[in-house]
Amino acid sequence: MGERVRLKEATPRREGVWVRLVAWLERQASAFFLLPTVLVILAFVLFPLVGSLYSSLSRLRFSDGGLELSFVGLANYRKVLLGSEQIHFLGQPGAIGWVMGVMGLLALGIGVVMYRRYRAGRPVWTWLGQPLLGGLLLLGFAWLFLSRLWPGTHMGTLQTTLFYVLVGTALQYLLGLGLALLCAERLPGTRFFRVLFILPLAITPIGVAYMFRMLTDTGKGPLVPLWEALGWGGFFWVNDPWGARLAVLIGDVWQWTPFAFIVLLAALQSVPQEQVEAAAVDGASRWQIFRHIIFPYLLPASATLVLIRLIEGFKIVDLPNILTNGGPGTATESITLHAYFAWRTLDIGTAAALGFLLMLLVSLVTSLYAAWVLPRARGQV
Amino acid sequence: MRRRRSPLAPSPLQVGLSYLALGLASVFVLFPLYWLLITSFKLPIDVNSGPFYLPWVDFKPSLHAWEYVLGTLGPDVRRAYANTAVVALSSALLALFLGTSAAYALTRFQYRPRVGAVVLFVACLGFVVALVALGVPWPAAVGLGLAVFILGLQTLGRRFRRHLSNDDIALWLISNRILPPVVVVIPIYLLFQQLGLLDTRTALIISYTVINVPIAVWLMRDYFQNIPPDIEECAQIDGASRYRIFWTIVLPLAAPGLVATFLLLLVFSWNEYLLALFLSKANSQTMPLMVAAMSGTRGTEWWYMSVIIILMILPVVLLALVLERYIERGLIVGAVKG
Repeated sequence: MGERVRLKEATPRREGVWVRLVAWLERQASAFFLLPTVLVILAFVLFPLVGSLYSSLSRLRFSDGGLELSFVGLANYRKVLLGSEQIHFLGQPGAIGWVMGVMGLLALGIGVVMYRRYRAGRPVWTWLGQPLLGGLLLLGFAWLFLSRLWPGTHMGTLQTTLFYVLVGTALQYLLGLGLALLCAERLPGTRFFRVLFILPLAITPIGVAYMFRMLTDTGKGPLVPLWEALGWGGFFWVNDPWGARLAVLIGDVWQWTPFAFIVLLAALQSVPQEQVEAAAVDGASRWQIFRHIIFPYLLPASATLVLIRLIEGFKIVDLPNILTNGGPGTATESITLHAYFAWRTLDIGTAAALGFLLMLLVSLVTSLYAAWVLPRARGQV
Repeated sequence: MRRRRSPLAPSPLQVGLSYLALGLASVFVLFPLYWLLITSFKLPIDVNSGPFYLPWVDFKPSLHAWEYVLGTLGPDVRRAYANTAVVALSSALLALFLGTSAAYALTRFQYRPRVGAVVLFVACLGFVVALVALGVPWPAAVGLGLAVFILGLQTLGRRFRRHLSNDDIALWLISNRILPPVVVVIPIYLLFQQLGLLDTRTALIISYTVINVPIAVWLMRDYFQNIPPDIEECAQIDGASRYRIFWTIVLPLAAPGLVATFLLLLVFSWNEYLLALFLSKANSQTMPLMVAAMSGTRGTEWWYMSVIIILMILPVVLLALVLERYIERGLIVGAVKG
């Protein structure tokens, strides 16, 4: 970069302002390429983020001049985590003893691992250091779920969101993997299926939500005869908490399985066919070939794909809002929808607090995932 | 396609099972779309008196819903359509432009911002927000913050010698995608309210650009990393300016990546719902909002809804079908390499 500038300075300066301007622009090129983006992000992400942090610590009031924000400290967070919004966000926990049982089982598992390490003569405690946080997190998640599955308890928007993200991502991955394996088999006509299977990805989530609302209609939906034949007539979907969650989940899976599908299909093309054929000649079963030859090649792409779906999945709002409007009760409400409802009642502080809690949750999950799962998955090949 | 006898050649039974599974998946994908399509040709009575599956067999298709939506609702639909098209196209282009130049910069230049300066900047930002919250008019607060920042940069900023690298900047830009929009939407709402931009296309264009820039940076950065810098270096020795190299050499070379990224951004902005829900009312209403509002105001008249949904998804679906290869490549560049 310096080369040209020096040449310019060596020539006599008769061209004047224009040339000097050009030279200055050239010297500052690195700034001009990057700065617009950085400034846009600063202005519309970082600045609002700080503003949002402040509004999550304050309460909106109507005053003479209009609206007024007054500082209330952590009151909004207290309300969401401990106060009147607690059941809405965290749900209502049930039988503690049962949960203790699960915890006990997990402790037993850790004990068994430690005993085996002791027998093998490896350090007993050191392995705990890194996974401790992750383990505690998993325990926490397990507790948040399991303690709210008992009759008479109910899930809050936190568990509902986690349910959509975790179960949805797993289903999308498995279905996408299955379809990708089928389409990679070079059967005639797979080209048609490939185009067909990525179609849902382009369809507006609002459209998906309405389509599934039509399909899950209990009176006039196309599946009603099927349910009646199975003896489930009258019941279903949107009136039952789990039915409604399932409806949202199916819509989500319908829309996002294609993403897993195309990424995995591309990754499958990097699998060396010679190895697969050699293994087949040696008499390996199809499962063995998949498990030991194909799957390791899919791991890096899979890890990234799951990361992307984790990040995007937490933002889910369109589907539950349209398909079930968050109901019955709050059964299908995601955190984003919860925040939107709070905003609609002008409870800006709670909405911002919920947004921040969601952000903490996403950052926690993705950074742990990026720290532990990604490097291991990439190290496989 | 290669056809040879390999030990992996599936038996007829396996082929049959594969096709069965593919067929079932196709039904799962297509049935909701099929139902949407036939509902748009149904009379209200056909919808309300129970499920009918086959046009001409179960029910007599009618164009009444299409006539109503394109005729009576025509102006509303056209306005929402124009809003969606303008907002999606402009924000996709803007995000592509910003993201591409940033991605190019991050692969071809060395940046070494000081940690001290970054920390100082964030501190000043917090200071400004606090001032505004305390009731200081915002131009004064921003000016004061800027002054403190420059002053601090000249004195304190030089003390800390630790640098950040390009990768840190890239990671920071991309990680903005992790941010759930609902966290920032309220201050953005207040900001646009101050600027008098609520319920305008401009507000939507700006906010969609912001949420889409990280994707553009990410995808295009991967793309540029795979383009060898040799040609650019030759051009530089020949005396071409950085900007000219970017426009006349780099962008044409990156055309496939640009197309793929643009399409993705377009689909994302076309389909966006949450920000539009907060930031627009009647004037800048986009198609997703209009669809959602339809059922709110009139109960759910599925025949009209279906028509509008079909109109809404048609352009993106056609794009996806025609340019499927590009979209595939665009998604894969980022995801497979990781």
